[in-house]
Amino acid sequence: MNRPLLLRGGRVVDPSQDLDGPADVLVRGGKIEAVGSDIAGPDDAEVLDASGQVVAPGLIDVHVHLREPGGEHKETIHTGSHAALAGGFTTVWAMPNTDPPIDDPAAVGYLRLAARAARGTQVMPIGAASIGQKGERMTEIGELVKAGAVAVSDDGAPVWDTGLMRRLLEYTQTFGIPVLQHAEDMALAGGVMNEGVVATALGLRGLPNAAESCIVARDIQLVELTGGHLHVCHVSARQSVEQLGMAKEKGLTVTSEVTPHHLILTDEMCRGYNTEAKVNPPLRTEDDVEAVTQALLDGVIDIIATDHAPHTYEEKEQEFDYAPFGINGLETAFGLCMRALVQPGRLSLSGLIDRMSCNPARIMGLDSGTLRPGAPADIVVLDPGEQWTVDPADFRSRSRNTPIAGWELIGRVNHTLVAGEIRFERN
Amino acid sequence: MNQARPEFELGKDLVGLEGLSGATITGILDTAEPFKEISERAIKKVPVLRGKTIVNLFFEPSTRTRISFEFAEKRLGADTVNISSSGSSVVKGETLVDTARNLEAMRIDMVVIRHSSSGAASFLADRIPSNVINAGDGQHEHPTQALLDMLTIRDRLGRIEGLKVCIVGDIVHSRVARSNIFGLQALGAEVAVCGPRSLIPRGIEELGVESFNHIEDAIEWADALNILRLQLERMSTGFIPSLREYNRVFGVTRARLARAPRDTVILHPGPINRGVEIDSAVADGPQSVILPQVTNGVAVRMAVLYLLAGGVPGGAEAAKQEIS
Repeated sequence: MNRPLLLRGGRVVDPSQDLDGPADVLVRGGKIEAVGSDIAGPDDAEVLDASGQVVAPGLIDVHVHLREPGGEHKETIHTGSHAALAGGFTTVWAMPNTDPPIDDPAAVGYLRLAARAARGTQVMPIGAASIGQKGERMTEIGELVKAGAVAVSDDGAPVWDTGLMRRLLEYTQTFGIPVLQHAEDMALAGGVMNEGVVATALGLRGLPNAAESCIVARDIQLVELTGGHLHVCHVSARQSVEQLGMAKEKGLTVTSEVTPHHLILTDEMCRGYNTEAKVNPPLRTEDDVEAVTQALLDGVIDIIATDHAPHTYEEKEQEFDYAPFGINGLETAFGLCMRALVQPGRLSLSGLIDRMSCNPARIMGLDSGTLRPGAPADIVVLDPGEQWTVDPADFRSRSRNTPIAGWELIGRVNHTLVAGEIRFERN
Repeated sequence: MNQARPEFELGKDLVGLEGLSGATITGILDTAEPFKEISERAIKKVPVLRGKTIVNLFFEPSTRTRISFEFAEKRLGADTVNISSSGSSVVKGETLVDTARNLEAMRIDMVVIRHSSSGAASFLADRIPSNVINAGDGQHEHPTQALLDMLTIRDRLGRIEGLKVCIVGDIVHSRVARSNIFGLQALGAEVAVCGPRSLIPRGIEELGVESFNHIEDAIEWADALNILRLQLERMSTGFIPSLREYNRVFGVTRARLARAPRDTVILHPGPINRGVEIDSAVADGPQSVILPQVTNGVAVRMAVLYLLAGGVPGGAEAAKQEIS
């Protein structure tokens, strides 16, 4: 940590400065000191040979479930933060739907302490929006923020009460934090996969697109009323995208994310009652995949976030109705997005880094997501051309639940640096 | 869509009719024919499955399907055990796969499973080497019910190909509807559904199924109506306002049926809600094949058991003569 570090000979891709070309990066005191060609590092500098590799700002994931406390059989802050490192993430935001939920300052403090001890990626806690995530009374948001919470959310469930959502969008403005919404109309919910012909053939209860887009539409109206910052989690439906496009046109403070799985997988994956493809919001149709992809390219959807949702083998090895929702995403996110977006030529590598690092930092007000001198030295070194096969047995995550086991992905993270320290190095 | 495959192909299990060829389904129906006669004998037993052990694993209450399977098994000479969820370790929290593996460890040959979750039968079939027969999984499939429906239609009208069959009622929640759609289409019939839109699943037209909003139109169109039972809880869960109104709008009444351009065949998988989805005059009338369906149910299940145990279509006649 104290020794300067020179990343030499790589291709620096930093969309925040419009950089894409060969350069060295010098890190000192946990911060970026310089980016340029042929930097002569100080004599005592450690040198990391980055030739043939891309050097980029570390990835930022504002939506992960680390399961601690209460779900340590699925994931812990330790295992989750190391899974994140292996996926190239230098910062993750942890959702508060643990058991008990993160709805008081002591719980926020615990998360930060546990994260520091884990020495993995940086973990930033998201506080519960309502006490016990019951959707009734607001938490002490000021206290949560003081303890280190960076946002509030009832994710896992929506903030369902329209009045509470309004108050949240108003009250959070004092603290400058967003409300992260899991958009799902509970009166239209109750399904286990996307509503449509596949669900009909399988005899499984469906979750219609409108279950999501109704709440997106409602919440956008509330932002227009209140001016708060709404961030819509895991957008999956074409109709939601249409609402978000209108919100952007009006210049409202509405941001949103899409997961890697919603950018490439469809409800066809559920055939054979494949519980690994059971996720909420559900995998939808080609038409929806195209809509969210185009929205991400157009900037209607701002960022990619994984919604990393680890579950054990036993939990997924059940009848489809009983298996929990969720896909383990941290370690496959970059490679899957490369395959979905960059390989087919729809987005440049720089564009992908923008949506996985720079934009998350920008919309959430973080000082990372850039290699500008003075910024924290959160860096990922990756080989964008490396092909690899997803083998869940190799996951650092405590769980192995993924519908893309055996898939060939392209683009692999080889080093992850947090505050100038090499915390992950692929063997 | 099913490819027209000329040969009979039945795997280890019967979890659904989706994906089965017309030849396979015809093979099962043809195999049921000789078995019909066994149930008419004074001594209703042939030793085709002698020494085989079959477990009827019912996680959901069922009377007629369970009894029909049990008769079929016993008339073929198999040893059977019935397990219902209330009397098993399921209530102690044992998983489905563990229950099945424990049974497997006792060296069984076949499992007949009824379960409230769609996909439970294929879940089990993928995890144990025994033959698995789906006796109804959630809202997915109930293949032997559709087979007996088709056998009954064929008995009455002499063919399936080219017929128009309309399934009436609660399609969303019906495994009988799905199995009938897949099976009838494989045999070359046209399939439609009729009911309130709140009980018709989205995307059904992509399965090649037409939808009628009015029962009168369905009656006008169809050669056979398969009328589903309307579960009473559909009212409390808000799918329809009342049973009374359902009967007034969608009930198959004598007056409505009298305007049919042909002698429409009336099927119902039972149990009947008289005066709700069907009037007594229709259920008990000359066009009704509701009781022949029940009789055929035993023969169809005998055929499925026989075929999964290694029998071949066309071999049933010889098999039952051989030792009886």
